[in-house]
Amino acid sequence: MSIAHKPLPHKPLPHDAAALHVTGAARYVDDIPTPANTLHIAFGLSEIAAGTISVMDLSAVRAARGVVAVMTADDLPFANDVSPSVHDEPLLSDGSVHYIGQPLFAVIATSHLAARKAARLAKVRYEAVAPILTIEEALAAGSRFEEGPRIYTKGDATSAINTAAHVIDGTLDMGGQEHFYLEGQAALALPQEGGDMVVHSSTQHPTEIQHKVAEAIGAPMHAVRVEIRRMGGGFGGKESQGNALAVICAVAARATGRPCKMRYDRDDDMTITGKRHDFRITYRAGFDADGRISGIEFGQYTRCGWAQDLSLPVADRAMLHADNAYFIPNIRIESHRLRTNMQSATAYRGFGGPQGVFGIERVMDHGAHVIGLDPIEIRRRNYYAPAAAKAEQTTPYGQVVEDCILHEMTEALLKTSDYAARRDAVAKWNASHPTIKRGIGFSPVKFGISFTLTHLNQAGALVHVYQDGSVHLNHGGTEMGQGLFQKVAQVAAARFGLQMDAIKITATDTGKVPNTSATAASSGSDLNGMAVKIACDTIRGRISTHLAARHDCTPQEVTFVDGMVTAGRAAMPFAAAAKSAYEARISLSATGFYATPKLAWDRIKGQGRPFFYFAYGAAVTEVAIDTLTGENRILRADIVHDAGESLNPALDIGQIEGGYVQGAGWLTCEELVWDDKGALKTHAPSTYKIPAVSDRPDVFNVALWDAPNREETIYRSKAVGEPPFMLGISAFLALSDAVAACGDAYPALDAPATPERIWATIERLRDEG
Amino acid sequence: MAVCFLRRIEGRHQVTTIGKAAGFTFMDITFLLNGESVSIEDVAPMATLLDWLRETRGLTGTKEGCNEGDCGACTVMVSDENGVRALNACILLLPQVQGKAIRTVEGITAPDGTLHPVQEAMVAHHGSQCGFCTPGFIASMAVAHCNGTDDYNTALAGNLCRCTGYAPIMRAAEAAKSAPVPNWLHDELPADLPAQPAAGDMTGNVVLPTSSEDLATWYEAHPDATLIAGATDVGLWITKQLREIENAAFLHLCTDMQHIVETDRSLRIGAGVRIADLIAVMDRLHPSFGTMLRRYGSAQVRGAATIGGNIANGSPIGDGPPPLIALGARLHLRKGDARRDIALEDFFLDYGKQDRAAGEFVEAISIPKQADRLKVYKLSKRFDQDISALCGAFNITVTGSTVTAARIAFGGMAGTPKRANAAEAALIGAPWSDSTIRAAMAAIADDYTPMSDMRASGRYRIGTAQNMLLRYWQEDQGLSAPLAEVTA
Repeated sequence: MSIAHKPLPHKPLPHDAAALHVTGAARYVDDIPTPANTLHIAFGLSEIAAGTISVMDLSAVRAARGVVAVMTADDLPFANDVSPSVHDEPLLSDGSVHYIGQPLFAVIATSHLAARKAARLAKVRYEAVAPILTIEEALAAGSRFEEGPRIYTKGDATSAINTAAHVIDGTLDMGGQEHFYLEGQAALALPQEGGDMVVHSSTQHPTEIQHKVAEAIGAPMHAVRVEIRRMGGGFGGKESQGNALAVICAVAARATGRPCKMRYDRDDDMTITGKRHDFRITYRAGFDADGRISGIEFGQYTRCGWAQDLSLPVADRAMLHADNAYFIPNIRIESHRLRTNMQSATAYRGFGGPQGVFGIERVMDHGAHVIGLDPIEIRRRNYYAPAAAKAEQTTPYGQVVEDCILHEMTEALLKTSDYAARRDAVAKWNASHPTIKRGIGFSPVKFGISFTLTHLNQAGALVHVYQDGSVHLNHGGTEMGQGLFQKVAQVAAARFGLQMDAIKITATDTGKVPNTSATAASSGSDLNGMAVKIACDTIRGRISTHLAARHDCTPQEVTFVDGMVTAGRAAMPFAAAAKSAYEARISLSATGFYATPKLAWDRIKGQGRPFFYFAYGAAVTEVAIDTLTGENRILRADIVHDAGESLNPALDIGQIEGGYVQGAGWLTCEELVWDDKGALKTHAPSTYKIPAVSDRPDVFNVALWDAPNREETIYRSKAVGEPPFMLGISAFLALSDAVAACGDAYPALDAPATPERIWATIERLRDEG
Repeated sequence: MAVCFLRRIEGRHQVTTIGKAAGFTFMDITFLLNGESVSIEDVAPMATLLDWLRETRGLTGTKEGCNEGDCGACTVMVSDENGVRALNACILLLPQVQGKAIRTVEGITAPDGTLHPVQEAMVAHHGSQCGFCTPGFIASMAVAHCNGTDDYNTALAGNLCRCTGYAPIMRAAEAAKSAPVPNWLHDELPADLPAQPAAGDMTGNVVLPTSSEDLATWYEAHPDATLIAGATDVGLWITKQLREIENAAFLHLCTDMQHIVETDRSLRIGAGVRIADLIAVMDRLHPSFGTMLRRYGSAQVRGAATIGGNIANGSPIGDGPPPLIALGARLHLRKGDARRDIALEDFFLDYGKQDRAAGEFVEAISIPKQADRLKVYKLSKRFDQDISALCGAFNITVTGSTVTAARIAFGGMAGTPKRANAAEAALIGAPWSDSTIRAAMAAIADDYTPMSDMRASGRYRIGTAQNMLLRYWQEDQGLSAPLAEVTA
């Protein structure tokens, strides 16, 4: 059936807020009308990367126009901590300084501009120490999180490599990535009677905001209600990085008795908040004569920045994706989580997965070059066996891969992308064009779906049916543009047999659904869709039981279709059924709760089943480079991606297109540069370049695989937020392929492949002859 | 082709009043906002349109994404008798909108709620995800739609989207292309809405002169004042450096400095000519320059920034000076009644230092008419809307098989835009050949010792500057076509 003609829930409907977006009516935190006495906050930031504060003279700050109060750590009444993990992240400096941009004090003023201006008037003197900035410096100083490297092993990698027909080794450096959500971090705290606090926060994790605010104002969590209708983008950057704003707003609101609001100016946002972890991956790999991997040793080195934040699960996920799509009989992965005097690296779409995947894709590419195999062929030879083979192949961490569909997907993509002919055409072009070189690259993705911290795999929902038949929908997931609210509303509409206009989507609210997990790990619709389905079915069941008794049928025979409820010979509009149930004193409100089944994971041993299932995808990208300057363009991308039986094909394609371009941006034009003092030099869009409109592929073909998830997920759909991000790796591999046309050696291109890095790699290849 | 128009009904001119109280200057501003005439009194002249829209007017559809004119989330439609432009409201100062018609995203929708064709198409084609960039896109798309532009890569380069990967936005723009311009966008400026304040109102410490003459007189008396043309640079002094600018002249009403005068011998470009208005003439005379100018900032920046501002601020990485120097441009400076002109390259003395006396300003620039031999190569991390790592301009004349003239200039290679004297010397008089090119490439290393920064290393700058000369040769000989012309 064509996707356009499937019934709800599987319809490609527009985002629920699309009409609000295009008219400017969609309201974000900074758009909420505020009471006239609202105050505005800005942080004063550290100017050195490591040391202690010897003198902090804030007299000029306090005297500045519009300033109402200035707070330092000494002024905080309760907890001085905004860490999402291990209480190692003071909201305001406790006297020690750990990176350039660390908040030292907060200015509370009558306007945003007044607060920003005053914050620059501080006179701070420091006792500086040498910062730890590089991987080498961190290793030499033993500056790391956890006691030592985490190591996962399977089989005997060293022996397997030493006896292999082909052995390769190398190093891949990959940069981090700024989220660049278009809406910067923002929060608004409104003090309530009796010391309670209402907080509007642009956050993927309202429960955590509630938790940290409660700690900071010395109140139980029940005294704090956090609400978020939508974010202007998150990408992981609003999983923990919004804590500081919400907490200082609440603390200041408590202190002043006035509403307090804070939003970071873009430069502050980029200077203060964490980014994607950069990684260095070292590898030694053995292949047999046919190109099958016999063993790999990986070293993964990541700069986590100054605080732990979410770095451990990020680094874990990089290890868990070191195999990507390939069965590796012998493997050793050693992961170093390094503490450095920089922004605390944090969650970012893929959460370490892309870094792990990129490592093995480099190995595959390097292997193909050395062995002389087509890069797709070597990959297909190493894919996990298809599900039908029942080969019981396990990942390096012992999970059986039961659902691999990459063989079929790759076969399809080879045809639709006309890969073989185009690879020949690229080779012909390169033979006759000395200056402009083309390249073609392929990369698959297998991405594990579930939080690796198993207890997070739960979700709640709250559904009300009113007596007029309209439905109020709420759940713990947050909307950051991914279309979660629309997808989940489609589930609710389908359960009740209603059209979309009967469902009211409402803001995420810790007062409605408690103890939620962050909307992260691509889990939003899997978890919240199920919770909503369960809540809807509870109400449906009650209505069915009620009507069955009246109309002489079994509850199972009551149907909810096309706005009508049919029980026995009676058929009535849904509203009439709701009214009837109401008058019979039947509750039309229900919660739903869902916990992902089958999970069991020991992160220390690196063994178990961390993932409910895997999502798959594959991409072919063609590029051209100018060898004189390293300038480059993506000419064409072809993608086939697995979203299971898609809940909303239009929104899922949007995630795939957007994820691909963001992934390609990570590995091409987006470059974070710190100077030797630890100052981030790329802290605004003038210097940090995310893809612009002309950077998208000229030809961009995206298809859904559209086959049901073999696990029982919500309507057999699959998570789609993060997996397509990794398809951007194919763009990098295509660039590497184009560079390879300039010499005989393997290019060993590092990321991001900026024009300069491409040019320098070509120069090196040519020097090497 | 759809054409947006804006009619000014003749009527009495009203003076923009500037008052002074407690050391601060305030002024009254009148403009058309979403079809309604708006007068605001006691405006702080350095207030941005964006802050006023969001904080005072409560029109929160227009977003602040970066507050420096690089993301486009704050884009609004600005119309006057010269046409419709997309501008960044975050670095548009209120005095600049006097007499203009502004439409924010709220006013691109009809008063009865009917969607503009680009809004409808964005919904139908799933062009918004998080929605935060969307109002800015809608404004840029509505402007492109009004102007009949379908080069969306150029028109939308100043609008960043982090969610969609742009594909659905392009589909939406294409889908809306042929729809007529909605009649509610045809603003009529009311009779009492002057384009300019009456001449002579040159008291106070913030002024809006209406002629070069007025400016010259005032600036000579106020040499410490800031001159604000498009505010694409000064805007950032305000929004990022948080500078207090107390003495300033806004130049956008000096219409006599906004002309391009073409004769048989020269092209004279007023300092107030906006980059956007330079493209058409350069497309005709020096197409490579025109092509590069499409990568100068974004549509929003080019619609505000002036060539005079680009030169006068003395940036080593401004994209205007290298090609102008290569074309042998002369700069016309004025101080009071005294005028002088100098070779453009002589204006740039050192980093941050120009040959400009106190109270002297750039009035115009002129380029000698010549056969087109110019190629301009801009190199940046991102192709569109990025600041150059380096920008090279090559103007090499070959007579017979001998190089008879060569002017080469680079931005990004030194503390100022600078000519490549050694490379030029290696070329002039030599045969137009591969070996001459190689010699001139080697000479570039004698011309420059570029720095390393977050945009590029010194090594890369030298290496690619040399290669740009090779590219000029290859293109001249038909050996290679530009990367931009390669297709899948």
